[in-house]
Amino acid sequence: MSGNMNLTLKVWRQKNSSDKGRFETYKMQDISPDMSFLEMFDVLNEQLINTGEEPVVFDHDCREGICGMCSMYINGRPHGPKDAITTCQLHMRSFKDGDIIVVEPWRAAAFPVLKDLAVDRSAFDRIIAAGGFVSVNTGNAQDGNNLPISKVDADEAFASAACIGCGACVAACKNASAMLFVSAKVNQLSILPQGKPERMQRVRAMVAQMDKEGFGACTNTGACSAECPKEISLSNIAALNREFLMANLIDQEG
Amino acid sequence: MSINSNIPEGPLETKWTKYKSTIPLVNPSNKRNLEVLVIGSGLAGSSAAATLAEMGYKVKCFCFQDSPRRAHSIAAQGGINAAKNYQNDGDSVYRLFYDTIKGGDYRAREANVYRLAEISPNIIDQCVAQGVPFAREYGGMLSNRSFGGTQVQRTFYAAGQTGQQLLLGAYSALERQIGMGTVEMYSRHEMLELVMIDGKARGIIARNLITGKLERHFGHAVLMCTGGYGNVFYLSTNAMGSNVTAAWKVHKKGAYFGNPCFTQIHPTCIPVSGDHQSKLTLMSESLRNDGRIWVPKKAGDTRKASEIPEDERDYYLERRYPAFGNLVPRDVASRAAKERCDAGFGVGQSKMAVYLDFKFNMMRYGRVEATKQGIENPGDDQILALGKEVVKEKYGNLFDMYKQITGEDPYEVPMRIYPAVHYTMGGLWVDYNLMTNIPGLYALGEANFSDHGANRLGASALMQGLADGYFVIPYTIGAYLSKEISTKAISVDHPAFEEAENSVREKLGKFISIKGSKSVDHFHKKLGKIMWDKCGMARNEAGLKEAIEEIKALRTEFWQDVRVPGSIDELNPELEKAGRVADFIELGELMCMDALDRNESCGGHFREEFQTEEGEALRDDNAFSYVSAWQYGENNWTLHKEELKFENIKIAQRSYK
Repeated sequence: MSGNMNLTLKVWRQKNSSDKGRFETYKMQDISPDMSFLEMFDVLNEQLINTGEEPVVFDHDCREGICGMCSMYINGRPHGPKDAITTCQLHMRSFKDGDIIVVEPWRAAAFPVLKDLAVDRSAFDRIIAAGGFVSVNTGNAQDGNNLPISKVDADEAFASAACIGCGACVAACKNASAMLFVSAKVNQLSILPQGKPERMQRVRAMVAQMDKEGFGACTNTGACSAECPKEISLSNIAALNREFLMANLIDQEG
Repeated sequence: MSINSNIPEGPLETKWTKYKSTIPLVNPSNKRNLEVLVIGSGLAGSSAAATLAEMGYKVKCFCFQDSPRRAHSIAAQGGINAAKNYQNDGDSVYRLFYDTIKGGDYRAREANVYRLAEISPNIIDQCVAQGVPFAREYGGMLSNRSFGGTQVQRTFYAAGQTGQQLLLGAYSALERQIGMGTVEMYSRHEMLELVMIDGKARGIIARNLITGKLERHFGHAVLMCTGGYGNVFYLSTNAMGSNVTAAWKVHKKGAYFGNPCFTQIHPTCIPVSGDHQSKLTLMSESLRNDGRIWVPKKAGDTRKASEIPEDERDYYLERRYPAFGNLVPRDVASRAAKERCDAGFGVGQSKMAVYLDFKFNMMRYGRVEATKQGIENPGDDQILALGKEVVKEKYGNLFDMYKQITGEDPYEVPMRIYPAVHYTMGGLWVDYNLMTNIPGLYALGEANFSDHGANRLGASALMQGLADGYFVIPYTIGAYLSKEISTKAISVDHPAFEEAENSVREKLGKFISIKGSKSVDHFHKKLGKIMWDKCGMARNEAGLKEAIEEIKALRTEFWQDVRVPGSIDELNPELEKAGRVADFIELGELMCMDALDRNESCGGHFREEFQTEEGEALRDDNAFSYVSAWQYGENNWTLHKEELKFENIKIAQRSYK
């Protein structure tokens, strides 16, 4: 089933991390409004393969908005023009016939471009490895109901835990700060009783790793939360700042 | 090679407890010298890698995604089963065991399933301890909901994102070990060959997907945690990258493939909207708790759902299965939807869909809320508005997802749903220790065949993945590794590594050199259509025989006419896809052969020739009470049969009426 939309794409092409990169223009015809944005890219790639050109490399996997792999910066916004969705959930009915669409990779020093629209987000994994966990080995657990957790706390922890680690917050921030990502994990684990015993070490270690990776400072513009596909709240950042301050005070007191 | 399930002796209830206390142990200083390769980082892979590292083994973990957190376990929505009996509704280990065996249509191993049920409560405890934010009641206790094929509430959940939260729990445990240096993580790496030395699994060849470089990795044992192969159908609820390649490579090296034709078609997915479609999206089974499934009583009815009065609606699941109603198992619900659509009662533009309607339960919840809030004589609109809020809290993300994809608001109109490929019960054959027939090669989670028989119950995949990784393999691997303590790490310069790497390089080069005229996706779509039409929800002898011929022809065409751009020394997703589709084509043929061999209907395997007068699956327990374990051969496969013995459950015609 073909559709009736004709579009112009300006897509960032970059051979590898050392290439300078440039925009290429592609004309798309007969696009269906029911296609997802990535399916429109499938059509583009099929065209490129058929004409002997190199298809565009882009990251994607689950195509249902949960794995966090897709990462396109569309018309100046991470994951495109609509709020609270990922690129794979964006459908062509959100665009108009004749539109010009500019597609770029995430731009951040800590997320180097690998090829075309794919970037390296392993810095996020290293931040989690530094402290984004509860230190509990398999087999150590008590019965799940021996630790009552109020519904309010459980819901708040869940809201923070809903982060998919896509990096849109970093891409949206003019400083390329990772504060929303880091704070969501810190907050999830410091709300829950399981995470409290090591909350001080956790926040210090994660923030230190974040700085080491070269993410920028937070200047409270709020772009991260506004562009977050999972609507992770800015209040997480406030909570992280409190945790961090407290951890440092305690540290100074020895 | 012989087929021996190695099930411990003794009564069912004590087999696991007794066995695990007698498995040989490996002392801590020896563990430090034993290397384990874990392929895949989903629930099974992450939990196994983290736990084995905690125990002291040297672990390497591989995933093709850019981070272990992206494995497709993340997309599981509804929940995870555990026999906790927190609801005091009569649940028990035995009942979870019984439901699973029955749900699987009596084609799973009793001993494995009992162990799974026995372990299930520990999984919940472990996840809670890690900080997984399960849904809670106001009193602070864990909340439960119902899933198909059971009459108790034993499903634990985190909104519609249970898989995500469980995976992030396992991922955090894994990252903790990575941070401590006990696990080396290889993201954006794909396993392309198994290395065997003296008949044992001793390593792998992996391709660094960024540079294209082929790498050699030695391991005393290799764990395949590589997920399912539903993408053989092209359209499925699997992630785009989910594939059979690593599992297929070990199959071609001699590991038996178990019950390949057992595929789960999930009843509640968003219907196909056009040829551009790249994947299908699931609407969680948990929605069947609160949604009623119906079609118009009149065939070809073109009225809008809201214009069809109550007495002209056919709630066909409630009609056919009064005891379980909308909560029949997935295979039964899927076939019933297909039956109605094939008979001309389908809805929507394509007529290949049925309604999943929440209005009835929104009203019910609304009335409860009105009473709670002390609203006297509320109007219908007010009740509905209150009810919508309750439903939003339970399933908000799923409703939003539906609206994004279809452009329709499910709070206002019923969802349109249709069955889609979702899960594969079949997989690498394993014994009770989760070891394949190749010594030192294990398979965990969806990648193995072991626990779900011919149909998996909802919320049991997460349970099995984590049971295998957290609580089974850490014990059972000792049975093998305790005998390997004197095996020194083998150099990757060994000729077996050399040979394996060369064969991989040659194959990759071949894809590029064909320079044909059709893209990889072209072949994948063709394969998917053959599989869906002839080896999908309903199968018959003639169709399967045709499918085998068509697949053979497709395979020849693929190797003559595929076009793979770029080179092997760079990030090249088309090359990755080419390798995966080449393997899917071979697997597709085996699935059809398996379906053809099994002259009965059971669970998700429905052979049209074998059905009851009422159209239910008709098993043949005398002839087919076995696991099909297929051995690969250059020219053809050989079938080995593992007989299934039911000593604790009386097998019967499955009934949900």
